[in-house]
Amino acid sequence: MHLNRSALEVRGLTKRFDRPAVDALDLTVRAGEFYALLGPNGAGKTTTLRMVAGLLKPDAGSVAILGVDALADPVAAKQITAWVSDEPMIYDKLTPLEYLEFVAGLWGIDPAISGPSAQQLLLSLGLEPHLHERCEGFSKGMRQKVALAGALVHDPRLIILDEPLTGLDALSARHVKGLLGDRVRAGCTVIMTTHILEVAERMADRIGVIAKGRLVAEGTLAELRQQNGRTDTSLEDMFIALVDADAAAA
Amino acid sequence: MSSAAALSWFARHEIRLAWREWLSMMTGSRGRRKRAIIALIVFAVFLHLPAYAVVGRFADLQAPIGKQELIVITASIFLAWALMLSQAIESVTRVFYARADLDLIMSSPSNLANVFSVRIAAIALSVTGMALLLSTPFVDVLVIGGGARWLLAFGVVVAIGLTAAAVAIAITVFLFRLIGPSRTRLVAQIVSAVIGAGFVIALQIAAILSYGTLSRFAVLTSDAAAAYAPDVDSPLWWPARAAIGDGEVLSWLIAGGLLLLGAVMAMFSPRFADTAVRVAATARAARHGPRATVFRGGSRQKALRTKEFLLLRRDPWLLSQSLMQLLYLLPPALMLWRSFSETSSAIVLITPVIVMAAGQLAGGLAWLTISGEDAADLVATAPLPPSNVIRAKVEVVLLSIGAIFGPLIAALAFASLTQAIVTALGVIIATVSAGAIQLWFRVQAKRSQFRRRQTSSRLATFAEAFCSIGWAATAALAVTIPIAAVFSGVMTAAILAATWKISPRRT
Repeated sequence: MHLNRSALEVRGLTKRFDRPAVDALDLTVRAGEFYALLGPNGAGKTTTLRMVAGLLKPDAGSVAILGVDALADPVAAKQITAWVSDEPMIYDKLTPLEYLEFVAGLWGIDPAISGPSAQQLLLSLGLEPHLHERCEGFSKGMRQKVALAGALVHDPRLIILDEPLTGLDALSARHVKGLLGDRVRAGCTVIMTTHILEVAERMADRIGVIAKGRLVAEGTLAELRQQNGRTDTSLEDMFIALVDADAAAA
Repeated sequence: MSSAAALSWFARHEIRLAWREWLSMMTGSRGRRKRAIIALIVFAVFLHLPAYAVVGRFADLQAPIGKQELIVITASIFLAWALMLSQAIESVTRVFYARADLDLIMSSPSNLANVFSVRIAAIALSVTGMALLLSTPFVDVLVIGGGARWLLAFGVVVAIGLTAAAVAIAITVFLFRLIGPSRTRLVAQIVSAVIGAGFVIALQIAAILSYGTLSRFAVLTSDAAAAYAPDVDSPLWWPARAAIGDGEVLSWLIAGGLLLLGAVMAMFSPRFADTAVRVAATARAARHGPRATVFRGGSRQKALRTKEFLLLRRDPWLLSQSLMQLLYLLPPALMLWRSFSETSSAIVLITPVIVMAAGQLAGGLAWLTISGEDAADLVATAPLPPSNVIRAKVEVVLLSIGAIFGPLIAALAFASLTQAIVTALGVIIATVSAGAIQLWFRVQAKRSQFRRRQTSSRLATFAEAFCSIGWAATAALAVTIPIAAVFSGVMTAAILAATWKISPRRT
């Protein structure tokens, strides 16, 4: 792993809708790290990640992706970033290969590299029999896998995933987790939100817990247990305790 | 719950759904019910003016009437019927393909034949209701000018609404049997578009071929039409006779309509469930794309343009909409062809028709490419400035319009070079205007929402329509009275500027 520099540095990130969604958030994710961002519904996870991905303009704060100021130079930041949302946004009338060709073209990847890479990705996600079928007949899981392949085809250095395992069957979820694990081992950084705490527990190098737009706990599983004062507790118990404590404090 | 109570409950549910769907169409899903109703009343009052211009002269007609009047009234009723049939086909198709409750209904212990009978009746009701609403200003004008006997015209609207719904169901089910569910959706949409526009266009083509004019009445009031038409006591004239106050004929018409709808319900309701199941199965069946596996290179903008062209080509909704626009171009194209052999001043009419069609088509294309982005997050996170994305999408609109209208303008150049240049300029300006309005009012939407694009911003819709009409008028005046074109052009530019001034992108 390459943990010597930051893949993501967020400082004082703030976004208000009718109430503060993200409240002066500071967050650092190291390069080559698998970081799980947890939090209850409405905690500000998706808003945070959408601001990092350049989909939402923050009211205040800064975002740096591998040293690139994402607010000052969004194009350079986007070149090395991929975003996958929980609702797969693909084109019904395109085949998975056509979709990946479009994504590779958008990121300006040499077709000689992106073509074989796309085929390999779709193969590893179990989509080979459907390469030339239009996505309109695909199940949600298959659509999610196509969206994930699209995120990986341009070989990003930072992958941001918002609930990527929603709607996936056990085998597909294993495919996706395997693929993400491979990317992290190859030096890529992954930031993922999930409600499946077991996934965070097993895959994440570090875990951040966010509530009401603020980071309320962060660390490895062992560090979180230490902060919680019990070494035998599960992540689920710790998560509920942290969120409850934050709600009580408010 | 008894069977009758269950049916009445389901009928109420259907009517509520139809009402909310209609309201959502009118308000753009923003729940502005009061404003929508006020706008509708204002529109209905405003519609009395064109209604007076169209039917005012017929108000004094008294039975017995001559063949020429019978032909004109029958043709008008047939046009209304064709439009209702077009709307009904679209409604029937939606029942199969777009309603999300089919699984729920079919898994319930209800009698499916009864449930689908209610659904067919609801389609007939909504088609007839809409037709009654739109016909009210016309009947009003006739009643005010000619007396209460014209109120029977509402009965004619009901009768043709019932038959239109019945025929629409028969056509759609026939298409299912003939070509299968996967192709029926596209073909039904095209049939619906062709039926809606076809009758008017056919009359125009007949008028051009016979009289060298775009006026439909030239054919309808001609001696030739009167000579070919059946005698005045033929059942063909029943709708016209009923409309001018023959109550007995009207009762027969309504009874016939009810009988036809009842027969269709009895014949097709039990099969609706099978058809719906086949549609659901087809929706999950794979449609294959080309088997090429080698990726093509090029700029990021080229990738965007290629994607847009591919999606436009594969969009059945757009195909039917575009076909409508192109169908309206048939008469001017025919007039152009005629003008090669003989001099006709009517060729001037081609310019506004082309400019208007270009503006309207460009508006639709611009919405699809700019607002109708199914993977908005993907495009927004791509490493290229938003201005480049917009530029690529606008290029797609310009290239598409160029490909469609270029050949027609090139042909026009052989007849009149000046008129061709004016028309080309008009097309460019109308296209740019329509594209600009869509840019200023752009929203994030799915391409499948295309049918509802006009409800997302009433202001954008009206601005687009007024600009298309304005630029069409300007182009027409430029080839006839150039000084008047200046005024028309300035006025249209002012409308465009005012639209920009109040657009959300500026404020």
